[in-house]
Amino acid sequence: MSNDAGRLEGKVCVVTGGGSGIGRAVCLLFAQEGAAVVAADVNAESAERTAEAILSQDGRGTAMEVDVSQAESVRRMVESTVEELGRIDVLVNNAGFGFAATVVETEEADWDRLMSVNLKGVYLGCKYTVPVMIRQGGGSIVNTASAAGLVGVPDRAAYCASKGGVIAMTRAMALDHVGDGIRVNCIAPGSVESPYFDDIFARAEDPAALRRQMESRHPIGRLGAPAEIAQGILYLASDDSSFVTGSALSVDGGMTAH
Amino acid sequence: MRLGGKVALISGGARGMGAAEARLFAKEGARVAIGDVLEREGREAAAEIAAAGGEAMFIGMDVTSPSDWDRAVESVASRFGRLNVLVNNAAIYLRGLVEETAPEDWDRVMEVNAKGPFLGTRAAIPAMRESGGGSIVNISSFNSLVGTTTSTAYNASKAAARLLTKSTAVQYAKDGIRANAIHPGPVWTAMFTSGFPDTESIERRRAQAPLGRIGTVEDVAYGALFLASDESSYITGSDLVIDGGWTAQ
Repeated sequence: MSNDAGRLEGKVCVVTGGGSGIGRAVCLLFAQEGAAVVAADVNAESAERTAEAILSQDGRGTAMEVDVSQAESVRRMVESTVEELGRIDVLVNNAGFGFAATVVETEEADWDRLMSVNLKGVYLGCKYTVPVMIRQGGGSIVNTASAAGLVGVPDRAAYCASKGGVIAMTRAMALDHVGDGIRVNCIAPGSVESPYFDDIFARAEDPAALRRQMESRHPIGRLGAPAEIAQGILYLASDDSSFVTGSALSVDGGMTAH
Repeated sequence: MRLGGKVALISGGARGMGAAEARLFAKEGARVAIGDVLEREGREAAAEIAAAGGEAMFIGMDVTSPSDWDRAVESVASRFGRLNVLVNNAAIYLRGLVEETAPEDWDRVMEVNAKGPFLGTRAAIPAMRESGGGSIVNISSFNSLVGTTTSTAYNASKAAARLLTKSTAVQYAKDGIRANAIHPGPVWTAMFTSGFPDTESIERRRAQAPLGRIGTVEDVAYGALFLASDESSYITGSDLVIDGGWTAQ
């Protein structure tokens, strides 16, 4: 089983935001499980680094530059993948970002930019990949949502809205494409160790206190590791979850359980 | 192996979903204890695992009995030395609208489906703490998330198990004990088919399923495997919905 064949053996997987954080961890894990991985990122260098890391662990990986908010860029990513690897079995719409602000503090341009990456990016990824999956008879799509799409988080209004949108679109898409053999699910991570939080901690008046406060939001008492989120995405991507569609899996150390 | 070195106790493990979980867990390296009121089927399920090269034991137990749970946890600890995983899987189904549900039948369903997991959790926590942490997987139901026109007590009992899960998760995270719930949709088991008066009504249910099929016990077992294993180390208090899209609509 897990020791013999990988859980994604022979599958072609596209991961957006694959250059860093959760996306990079997903790429490395998927490659370990036998997949041919396309690490796509707006930062081409970071995508290259992920692909190199995959190759150095004897996996199959290629890097691609993509801006998920641009239809033409996403269409090219899908086309190149099919040209090079023949198919797309798994799409992980993971690219996203956040910023701290209330609605009043949020500039219109920042709102638009956030929505265009976090929500429109998921729409575009699906728009161009679903026809490929229909042609080949099925596939699995996993969207990276957030605990912030399930519960309110102070000072993250736009981010919460974008991730709530991802969860709602996941459910609707699951129903639209259930007859095509395409499963659509999302993962809802809690706070995850990342350069984003390092930066927020570093700029705080009392970094240690802020970290403790963030950690205490999660009953498990710590932030998640990217690799832990990747395991949830692997479950949803693989055939282990063949009866799972339209669901949001929380990987949040208990954050939304209380 | 995804559960190498782990010891799991599965209530209702003699047949259906529980037996599938026991088989898969053993295949992934766990030593498995099958707890059930069904002696013959339980011994057969354990023997089948042993024949396939796994390690399994049978424990005759009624999940509504606190002393049976204490004895079960003790037997597991003495035979296998530890307890890492508990799957509260044993359950009964009762068809009937509110007016059709007799008060004593309501009590019986609650006794097995809600109090059973509570007693199991209560008995397992000290043993898990001694083992350095653990994972509790409660098999709830998609009927804990939405109302149905067919059953009442069953749905309420499964909703109780769902919130038991979240409280356990929040209370024992500090001890390294995780608790999560699985919500299967319609799945082929004896319990599922017993809920329908005839095969035509089963067929109607199948046709209503977004995915166009009824789930298999393996679909649920793979979810339980994921939640039992260290792969889900950051998941606690969660709902894993394995329902072919039922509750997305």
